[in-house]
Amino acid sequence: MDTIQKNILKEVAGLHKVPEGAYNIRANGKMDSRNTTANIDIVSKEDKDGIDIIIKPGTVNESVHIPVVLSESGLQECVYNDFFIGEGADVTIVAGCGIHNCGVDTSKHAGIHTFHLDKNAKVRYVEKHYGEGDGNGENVMDPVTVCYLEEGASMVMESTQIKGIDSTDRVTKGYLKKDAYFEVKENIMTHGKQVAKTSFDVELNGENSSTNVISRSVARDKSVQEFTSTIQGNNACHGHSECDAIIMDDAVVNAAPALNANNIDASLIHEAAIGKIAGEQLIKLMTLGLTEGEAEEQIINGFLK
Amino acid sequence: MLELKNISYEVSDEVDDSKEILRDISLTIDDHFVAITGPNGGGKSTLAKIIAGILTPTSGQILLDGEDITDMSITDRARAGISFAFQQPVQFKGLTVKDLICLAAGQELKINEVCDLLSEVGLCARDYIDRELNGKLSGGELKRIEIAMIRARGTKLSIFDEPEAGIDLWSFQSLIHVFEKMRDSIDGTIIIISHQERILNIADKIVVLSDGKLTNYGPREEVLPTLLGTANATSACKPLASGLE
Repeated sequence: MDTIQKNILKEVAGLHKVPEGAYNIRANGKMDSRNTTANIDIVSKEDKDGIDIIIKPGTVNESVHIPVVLSESGLQECVYNDFFIGEGADVTIVAGCGIHNCGVDTSKHAGIHTFHLDKNAKVRYVEKHYGEGDGNGENVMDPVTVCYLEEGASMVMESTQIKGIDSTDRVTKGYLKKDAYFEVKENIMTHGKQVAKTSFDVELNGENSSTNVISRSVARDKSVQEFTSTIQGNNACHGHSECDAIIMDDAVVNAAPALNANNIDASLIHEAAIGKIAGEQLIKLMTLGLTEGEAEEQIINGFLK
Repeated sequence: MLELKNISYEVSDEVDDSKEILRDISLTIDDHFVAITGPNGGGKSTLAKIIAGILTPTSGQILLDGEDITDMSITDRARAGISFAFQQPVQFKGLTVKDLICLAAGQELKINEVCDLLSEVGLCARDYIDRELNGKLSGGELKRIEIAMIRARGTKLSIFDEPEAGIDLWSFQSLIHVFEKMRDSIDGTIIIISHQERILNIADKIVVLSDGKLTNYGPREEVLPTLLGTANATSACKPLASGLE
């Protein structure tokens, strides 16, 4: 792995060296390295590009890293990763994709991730998308995340895209059974002429299932963001979605949260707010000695933290 | 030392009627603890914002230790040594109490330093340090954090715009102690806008603003007796009474 790839790996997965535990590092369309443990197996798919990650029931305090690095301009790939998390397991999964594109061709990575959480399994899934490059080639990422949660399972998904992705179309779906919980925290910042579309679709099918979808975004320059979320309440359940966006310059933000209650005991809430940085926030920080620009950066950093 | 020379402030409404909020205010403040009081709508908050640079006077001049700061930006005045505590503390999504205290201090503070500042304003730091400065905090808590930010800055001039506004009586009772303590411990000048007798009672000097004009300014012993139950109350009623005649 060269220096550029190592830098990207640091950005997307916070890795300075080979991670502990199970991992699968993919670089420029091929497996770079892999490690499995007694409880976590990683197997390459035979019919298509991608891997199966199989976590034994009862596995706790273990983590899996599956970062992807693209440094070859114009490389386009679609990868299917399936996660099977056994009953009662409690694990952290760190994914993430970084593109370094110094050419003129479009680099694209589409990760199709499917999670199967068995009864009472717990997953924290961290995903970070990052792009860089000095060429005119576009960096495109179209991730799809589909999560099936069995009874009592819970999943927290944290996804971040702060820099360098020209176009993204992100789809996240959740199907929840009894007592299952699905939480999504998404942070996005777009600038230049970037376009980011995100859509969430969560079906609360089991009794007492619940979800919390929180999106915070900042749209700068001439970037465009579209946010749609649909929560389907098909049983006695709780659903909450929140889309909060700061709009700046000539950016465009479109938020369309939807709630479908198909059961009298479904309790669903959505909140959506779009607005520029409040003048009084800037003034307050300026009275502390910050310039207007510094105040703006602090407000944005805090908002996306 | 803060000098205000012939400060006036006018606003125009849609039909182009201009209204004078402040009229020809001239004032020199060089005492340790000065209270500004007077009826609502008298121009107190406007004057404070003009000193902090949030509003620009229509005419007049402001000097800080002899330096003309009239045309200085909010940032430059803050760096020159002016702090301003808002009447309605501003909320921030994502920024924590510690973040803001550190921004106010202009440097990364150690946890125990932040704790000291918070306990000075009567907050148990452990419960607050990582909390977001948002609507989940009560009015009293937000006020205390606002005051802690001013303490963290430690500038030569600190202005507090009606710290008692918007908080309940019990919170205010304990907030008074914070100001009493601050008066004894802080260097530099404190200007506090207040209607509260207990605050006026600890002031070295009192400024009375009414209907945009400076109607009285002097040592507490001279000004306070003229306010209690008499002048301050009646001046607010005068326009009403004259309308009835």
